[in-house]
Amino acid sequence: MNCELCRNQLDAYVDGELAQQDFAAIESHIGECHACAAEALRRMQLKRATRDASQHFTPSPELRAQIGGIIAPKPTSPNSPNSQRSLLWRPAFAAVCALLIVVAVSSMLLMHHAARHQAMSEILDLHVATLASPNPVDVVSTDRHTVKPWFQGKLPFTFNLPELQNSPYRLLGGKLVYFHDDPAAQLLFEERKHRFSVFIVQDTDSALLKPAFSKLSGQSRERGFSAESWNAGGLRCTIVSDAAAYDVHQLAALMRSAQSQ
Amino acid sequence: MPLFDQLYNFACWLAGDRTAAEDLVQETFMKGLRGFSSFRQGTNFRAWMYRILRNAFLNSQAGLRATVSLDDEDQATLEPETRETPETILLAQVEQDTIRAALAELPVQYREIILLCDLEEMTYSAIGETLAIPTGTVMSRLSRARRAMRGLLAAQAAKGAK
Repeated sequence: MNCELCRNQLDAYVDGELAQQDFAAIESHIGECHACAAEALRRMQLKRATRDASQHFTPSPELRAQIGGIIAPKPTSPNSPNSQRSLLWRPAFAAVCALLIVVAVSSMLLMHHAARHQAMSEILDLHVATLASPNPVDVVSTDRHTVKPWFQGKLPFTFNLPELQNSPYRLLGGKLVYFHDDPAAQLLFEERKHRFSVFIVQDTDSALLKPAFSKLSGQSRERGFSAESWNAGGLRCTIVSDAAAYDVHQLAALMRSAQSQ
Repeated sequence: MPLFDQLYNFACWLAGDRTAAEDLVQETFMKGLRGFSSFRQGTNFRAWMYRILRNAFLNSQAGLRATVSLDDEDQATLEPETRETPETILLAQVEQDTIRAALAELPVQYREIILLCDLEEMTYSAIGETLAIPTGTVMSRLSRARRAMRGLLAAQAAKGAK
């Protein structure tokens, strides 16, 4: 893939709309071309900035009440002259209630999906930005006894790193990142040519983004990346990589095992 | 009320006027209730509601003024002069007001597609359903809209640097 073709597909790339094959081709090109990687990052930033800036207008309570009054059923007294006629409206009233319930459930599902999608988007943006950076990590070491102590005093929690001697994975280092106001550890691993980011964030009630991040659980695929997320001892861990889901799961198993020690 | 806040925000961006937006949202909910029988189960409810709102806007005076050639993809659309360079678009430093100003300056067909994609996070397929256009047109229009947006931001950045 050349730069021109890459630029033409970057919008679909940041929107997560590329087919697996095209996505892999872009990923490969971005891995080698710093200019296109920087352009991809800029477009992701613009997308996120537009989202934040455009959520701008809030309806007044009066409008809410006015429209609520229009779509809500009107209560009637059993002794009123209209009570007999209102019986005829009961099926319609039930239909409206059913509609509102369907709509409310749909809305909740959409909100759940949107919150999960937003949390995963932020994690993927951090992962992609890390890979595009010439200095992807702040502590560069394959030794877990060097990487873990580096986070002392930087995070309000601690974590264990697995022994990787007999595994195909290699620790490359780590750095401190923030999900809004919450500090988190980002650890970078490698297996053959694949890179894996492991994000560890405190999963407590005080965490501002807990509702969003608590929705990340189990295995998933987003924009072609494989991801796996779980909670262990009050910490929420999420792994993302362009590797196969099986490879992500194997690393997750090693991380889980280390956390339980 | 489901989607109430989102529809109101979208209506404000389309109409550029809170009073007109209130009328649009009210009309949308009334039409949604009346026409729920026409909603096909299994299709995208959110896209259906946004489409009702957009149609209400297109039929309003403001909509008629703003969207004379809305669906004519072949007709050259006014795009701001693009002078973007990597150096001029330092988005981390761009204020939200600047982005809102650029968004408001865009032609309505560019503004709405950016909002549906970036704010509402609709898929290209759902956007196509909302705007009644094919997915290929969604992609080309979105690409032009973002280029225009980057051009406006770059122009703002260049103006600020002087």
